Amino acid sequence: MTEGIITVAYIAASILFILALGGLSHPESSRRGNLYGMTGMTIAILATVLGAQVTGYATILVCMGLGGAIGMVLAKRVEMTQMPELVAILHSFVGLAAVLVGYASYLDPEAAFQGVERTIHEIEIFVGVLIGAVTFTGSVVAFGKLRGIVTSKPLLLPGRHWLNLGLLLLSVWLGVEFVGEVGEHGLGMMALVIMTILALAFGVHMVMAIGGADMPVVVSMLNSYSGWAAAATGFMLANDLLIVTGALVGSSGAILSYIMCRAMNRRFLAVIAGGFGTSGGQGAATGEEQGEVVATSPEETAELLKAAREVIIVPGYGMAVAQAQHIINEITRKLRQQGVNVRFGIHPVAGRMPGHMNVLLAEAKVPYDIVFEMDELNEDFPSTDVVLVIGANDIVNPAAQENPDSPIAGMPVLEVWKAKTVIVMKRSMATGYAGVENPLFFKENTRMLFGDAKKSAEAILASL
Amino acid sequence: MSMKIGVPREVHEDECRVAVTPETAEQIQKLGFRIAIEAGAGARAHFSDDAYREVGVEVVDDVRTLWAESDIVMKVRGPELHPGLCVDETELLREGGVLIGFIWPAQNQELLQRLAARKATVMAMDSVPRISRAQKMDALSSMANIAGYRAVVEAAEHFGRFFTGQVTAAGKIPPAKVMVIGAGVAGLAAIGTAGSLGAIVRAFDTRPEVKEQVESMGAEFLELEYEEEEDGAGEGGYAKVMSKAFIEAEMALFAKQAMEVDIIITTALIPGKPAPELITAGMVESMRDGSVIVDLAAEQGGNCALTEPGRVVVEHGVTIIGYTDLPSRLPTQSSQLYGTNLRHLLSDLTPERNGEIVVDMEDEIIRGVTVVREGEITWPPPPPKLSAAPKQAPATKAPPREPEPEAEQKGPGALQTVLLLAVAGLAMLGIGAVAPADFLAHFTVFVLACFVGYMVVWNVTPALHTPLMSVTNAISGIIVIGALLQVSGSSMLVTALAAVAILIASINIFGGFLVTQRMLKMFRK
Repeated sequence: MTEGIITVAYIAASILFILALGGLSHPESSRRGNLYGMTGMTIAILATVLGAQVTGYATILVCMGLGGAIGMVLAKRVEMTQMPELVAILHSFVGLAAVLVGYASYLDPEAAFQGVERTIHEIEIFVGVLIGAVTFTGSVVAFGKLRGIVTSKPLLLPGRHWLNLGLLLLSVWLGVEFVGEVGEHGLGMMALVIMTILALAFGVHMVMAIGGADMPVVVSMLNSYSGWAAAATGFMLANDLLIVTGALVGSSGAILSYIMCRAMNRRFLAVIAGGFGTSGGQGAATGEEQGEVVATSPEETAELLKAAREVIIVPGYGMAVAQAQHIINEITRKLRQQGVNVRFGIHPVAGRMPGHMNVLLAEAKVPYDIVFEMDELNEDFPSTDVVLVIGANDIVNPAAQENPDSPIAGMPVLEVWKAKTVIVMKRSMATGYAGVENPLFFKENTRMLFGDAKKSAEAILASL
Repeated sequence: MSMKIGVPREVHEDECRVAVTPETAEQIQKLGFRIAIEAGAGARAHFSDDAYREVGVEVVDDVRTLWAESDIVMKVRGPELHPGLCVDETELLREGGVLIGFIWPAQNQELLQRLAARKATVMAMDSVPRISRAQKMDALSSMANIAGYRAVVEAAEHFGRFFTGQVTAAGKIPPAKVMVIGAGVAGLAAIGTAGSLGAIVRAFDTRPEVKEQVESMGAEFLELEYEEEEDGAGEGGYAKVMSKAFIEAEMALFAKQAMEVDIIITTALIPGKPAPELITAGMVESMRDGSVIVDLAAEQGGNCALTEPGRVVVEHGVTIIGYTDLPSRLPTQSSQLYGTNLRHLLSDLTPERNGEIVVDMEDEIIRGVTVVREGEITWPPPPPKLSAAPKQAPATKAPPREPEPEAEQKGPGALQTVLLLAVAGLAMLGIGAVAPADFLAHFTVFVLACFVGYMVVWNVTPALHTPLMSVTNAISGIIVIGALLQVSGSSMLVTALAAVAILIASINIFGGFLVTQRMLKMFRK
């Protein structure tokens, strides 16, 4: 294939990728969008493989076959509740691939640049490997945290900001050394390796310092990084398709991080700097007696639901943990048959990644037109008879609005307490990820339904 | 040492209530307190001394002893001149003692001074803040509820006809028409009671948000034909003084209604102010003979011009009831409710349940109730943090998005943007000056792609954020192209590195697209 045809194929692939992202603006167009994405990828790979530069078909076939098979199995087997983990580990692959490609590019004897071009090329390699390495270990740690292998509590080393700054300065210095090295690869290689190790350490440290509640931000931030890593690789290889795709992914992840931060009323830098509620946590868990907690039974809950006209269900991570989404859908179906208007209210940071709850509800076959975003139904709570909060805590915490000293003050929350009755399904009185007391549990119109969300939901369903 | 609570007999003329009933006494004792009661204190509320003795309450004959021995004195009415002893009850209170009852600090400044001089701690049951946590001790509400009920009963007694409409063999009976002014607790209770007797009930209130409550009680909400929208809700869910134009429209409405209705029950009060005059002499004259007005605001001067506080008068053939002791006219009920309010207050005051009260001025309720603390006047309390009836949606809606802080941020924010742009511009210039044309071409593509990505991703519906992440994951597997280009090189090491990169990037591509497809299939209408 000639260079011209390859370029045209790349343009087609870029457009198809953009269409793939564009398709996601609505569930109906999204499937077509995904097909565009697949087509784009196929075109891009075919064009590259058929190009004059590529000859090692055997290796390619074996590697792609093996990788593809692993990917398909992963995609088939993964539980919807484990999506955040899968996404995190996939990010780490992109990071690792970027590191490998960077090294390969540096070692490639065929690539010979001179003067400014050489400098720029080396900067590109350096930056590409740096971002790739951070993405790689960061994602692995995020995966561990989501899996529960690594503690989800933020690890706060003393002087961690200085540590990070030191690592950064050291990397810059190494970069200067690396680029300045004109002669043999030996010394330059050493600088690159040391930097890689530093970057790997930095990735671990960065994500370790971030608490469990900030996971949605971390996951989308790593998403962004993996995109930038791909873009850096594109620069390195002077490949526009990689640049375009990397930029698309990078900005998509950045926007998601921004949306998540806004939903938690936190600054991006504050999240990255780590530690939720570590500063100004006064008044968080003062032992002040807040009133009585009223417990209720599944039967009573069922009665309330049957008698209601407007019901809003607010799911949180607890629903995912208990795998209660299918039963909840049954309850919803039954209630809707009886003429109860049941809707779902989703907070942007419910769960452990952006859109996590939507996917779970979709898996349980809850129709997406009764699933609403926070902004769409927050006004409707005063006219709602019953709100069912399932395994959610911080996102329905009135302290965010009422207590200016609360660590989550100012975070937009679902105003469930304005409804006539709120039923909170919860395992215990423990605090949420933010470690903040929830005054909602002590409100007069709140009833607590203690126990495993799935079992409670089954009991409610049985009484309906 | 647990504290002793003394309950004297009410000395106010015709006051039948008592601060503690045998039932509430039993519960208060569980908090660790000892209780003594003056002999005969509960008699008028139909609680005998024996009933008190049965639950372990000490019955004391001598008033002076009772006052002197009690750490806490609980009353219904505020202290006044004791007719038997000819001393003021304030003088009977032990130095440094605690007094709980209806004090009305706004109207009784002088009483506060006297109590302060006794180094007393005084809790005014009329000053319970109107927050939801304090509802269980809101004695004003529980008394108002009784007053509203009793007002209808009093009206029925003086009204010569049925409340309900009937068609009988002896002829058709039209239902009575009742207008209730002020839909607070008393007003709503009156609406409910009159409605359940069968009357046609209409109600008016300056606060438009109570319309729903009025209608939920089965009454018609009278609305003003009045241009300017004004919200009558003052601090703490009470009504406030209205503008002149509003009052004129209101008076026109009342004048019209007065000619139609048979019974008017007025409950309009503004805290700390004399009751507004709403029913003029002229309106009374325009009412049919035999009509009845019950003025629940009589104690504060009355809503009707012809009301005589504490008495029933007949003017222009209309009976005007100005009783100021309506709760006391249902003494058993009101003592029971008031006693329960007191018990809840005591329970909040004794967190340790050891019969020792702790006056925690940090607690919003206790802060509000305490009007004198150890001789120091602490009234009025700071304004409550939360309104019982939030004004209207916009006021409380999403406080984090108040415009002010945003505006504050805008100043430095704009500066930051300018700086950022300047830095970016300089960086661009720098790159442009040294970088070769080839790089710049790629750079152009990069910057434009960032913008395209920005535009496209903002359109993604939040529900699809997870598929977005998995699909971007898949397409960032495009990095495989870099590896594909390298895999055919001559160096073994490069080939090996590239091969591994192809393998893991393929996992991404296949895994990412397939899982996205799987997820998207689940989204259905």
